[in-house]
Amino acid sequence: MKILLVSLALATLALTLSACGQPQPTNKAVFLLVDTSGTYTEELNKAQGILNYLLATLDSGDSIAVARIDSGSFSEKDVIAKATFDERPSMANDQKRVFKHDMDQFVATIKTGSAHTDITGAILQAAEYLQETGAGEKYVLVFSDLAEDLQKGHIRDFPLELNGIQVIALNVTKLRSDNIDPRDYLNRLALWQKRVMDGGGHWKVVNDFDRLDRLIAINAMDEI
Amino acid sequence: MLNELLLLWSEQPAISLAVWLSVLVTVLYLAREPAHLLIKSTGRAIYRFMRSAARAVAHIEQRAIHRNKEIILAQGREATEKFIEREFTRINEIVARDLSHYPNLHRELTDAIERLENDYQAATDAPPLPPEWLSVVQTISELPRQGDPVVSSILENIQDEVVTAHEETLKAYQKSSAERHRLLGALQPQWRALANKLNKTKDVVAITQERADAVDKHMANYEAIRDHEDHIARSLTASSLTQFFIAGLVLFVAVMGGLINFQLIAMPMAEMVGGNTYTGGFKTSDIAALVIIMVEIAMGLFLLESLRITRLFPVIAQMDDKMRKRMMVISFSILFILAGIEASLAYMRDLLALDREALKQSLAGVSALNAEFRWIPSIGQMVMGFILPFALAFVAIPLESFIHSSRTVLGVLTVAVLRTVIISLRLVGGFAHQVSKMLVFGYDMLVTVPLSMEKWVRQGVQARRDRDIETTRQYPIEPYLPLEDADEIQEETVTVSEKPKRPRKRKTPDLDTDLALDKS
Repeated sequence: MKILLVSLALATLALTLSACGQPQPTNKAVFLLVDTSGTYTEELNKAQGILNYLLATLDSGDSIAVARIDSGSFSEKDVIAKATFDERPSMANDQKRVFKHDMDQFVATIKTGSAHTDITGAILQAAEYLQETGAGEKYVLVFSDLAEDLQKGHIRDFPLELNGIQVIALNVTKLRSDNIDPRDYLNRLALWQKRVMDGGGHWKVVNDFDRLDRLIAINAMDEI
Repeated sequence: MLNELLLLWSEQPAISLAVWLSVLVTVLYLAREPAHLLIKSTGRAIYRFMRSAARAVAHIEQRAIHRNKEIILAQGREATEKFIEREFTRINEIVARDLSHYPNLHRELTDAIERLENDYQAATDAPPLPPEWLSVVQTISELPRQGDPVVSSILENIQDEVVTAHEETLKAYQKSSAERHRLLGALQPQWRALANKLNKTKDVVAITQERADAVDKHMANYEAIRDHEDHIARSLTASSLTQFFIAGLVLFVAVMGGLINFQLIAMPMAEMVGGNTYTGGFKTSDIAALVIIMVEIAMGLFLLESLRITRLFPVIAQMDDKMRKRMMVISFSILFILAGIEASLAYMRDLLALDREALKQSLAGVSALNAEFRWIPSIGQMVMGFILPFALAFVAIPLESFIHSSRTVLGVLTVAVLRTVIISLRLVGGFAHQVSKMLVFGYDMLVTVPLSMEKWVRQGVQARRDRDIETTRQYPIEPYLPLEDADEIQEETVTVSEKPKRPRKRKTPDLDTDLALDKS
């Protein structure tokens, strides 16, 4: 009887301890990659709109970073701004203002596009940052036409490590060659989907900006 | 496997099935008697078990009813004692406030009556009459003068004196009348004052009488409670149920108020404890807001307990007055500070909302607008943040009623559940008993064919036996036999034919003792 009681007490304690374990993180981390190659710079205003949407959506404890995609994107130099929002809402609002200011400055200063487009390097850079944040939900938003044009000597044909990361392609514009043969466009999307899925990530394409609410399923602004 | 078994007797399923049926029916026929016994005994066992269980539950139900009655009567006794105590306190206050001055009042009344009497006596004093000799003088003055001037002069003088004396008397009478009128006029306010004092005394006596009637009523209730009368228990139960629902409704309103309070302070709490930290799956800021509200409610409980409005904590009620007052001051101070914190948090919430709105407009590329009268909701939120804690503090009163009445409600519910269980057990028992009887008949239906055959055989055998007996009676056969054998056969014949018929025993009906007991 005594042993039974002790066992019951231990089982209850174990259940209590397991219930009080470390909860899963619920914060989010978003890395926005902005293509600055060639004529895609004309689309930067749209990228600003997406960033504003993200800033309005993300809340205290969430992380955000913006980097450009240029000839060699696997570099910290390409990161335009990054921040993890403070736990205090007022401080988080100030950080958002600063972040918006940095992005506005970047858009204002950029005039010409880069010669090459290193999308793989940028995604690797984003994945590295997102894994470091330890966030519960991790997103890479790729604002690009997904046409990779690597500089000579750059090696990017290896599998990506994107476990637990959702890769969302935004505003995937059609190239002139796509109009001649639309299969190029479809093949490009399929290739990236395969690379992301093989790397353990999730793939999504959003070209309609009226459906931005499908990007991240949170409505922090509606809490007030 | 099943198919193999089915086709065990023949390749034709129908034939094999018929054989199986025959075997089954035969087995059932052979096992009929023990099967009947098994079914009947099982049914009766379930029936008896259910009846026993119902009786046990009925015993528990009786105990629950008794306990409920004890609880409700104890609560009623306590409440009536409080009522009576309060009524006596009121009577004491009335006596101390109004009737304690009765000696003074009595003295005042006596003095007033004495003054009235004196004044009355003074008012009834007769005016001084003209002296007695005046009539003699008047008679002399009216004597005939007979032309003598001296006599005439003397008589005129006497007449003048008489007239003067009459005038003086008249003046004195008039003065006296005026004085009496004045005294009588002065009596009026004294009468009024006296009447007012008597009216006040009458009111006090009427209030005291009213209180005394109330005490009588409560005393009658108290006596009924003391005598454990059923009608008072029913009345108290109904009153308790009403209290339960009213208190529940007020508590629901309080919970709604608490939710509004929570919404008011949860968001700004993130500024103090962080907006992204979690404790046990819940936001720490939400928990902090809840804790503040709970502490406010707890302080409200202590405050009302110290004021002796509620009696949830006997420890506080038993404290001496000095300690109780200290506790009152401390709990009120904490409540006041928390209300102030809430008001500031509500203001902070407004500021944060403004900041968030401005950021949103900035991100949307819209210039921020300066809204007019923005201070009104700010002030409103602050006032609400300050008032709600005090409003929540009063939740102690309905909470106490709810807790006290919930004992009665739980008791009533328990009795209802127990009654349902008793009825269910009896129904199940009766149903099992009836089902066992039905199963017996159903069993016999399965073996109808062999039973019918058995019946026919029995009837045939019986008919042949009857015929043989009849034939033996009408035509007794006397075979040629040795004498000894003939005697034996004769004896046997006589034994068979003249065997006295036993009176057929009436089968004793299988009575259900429990049912019989219940009916009795």
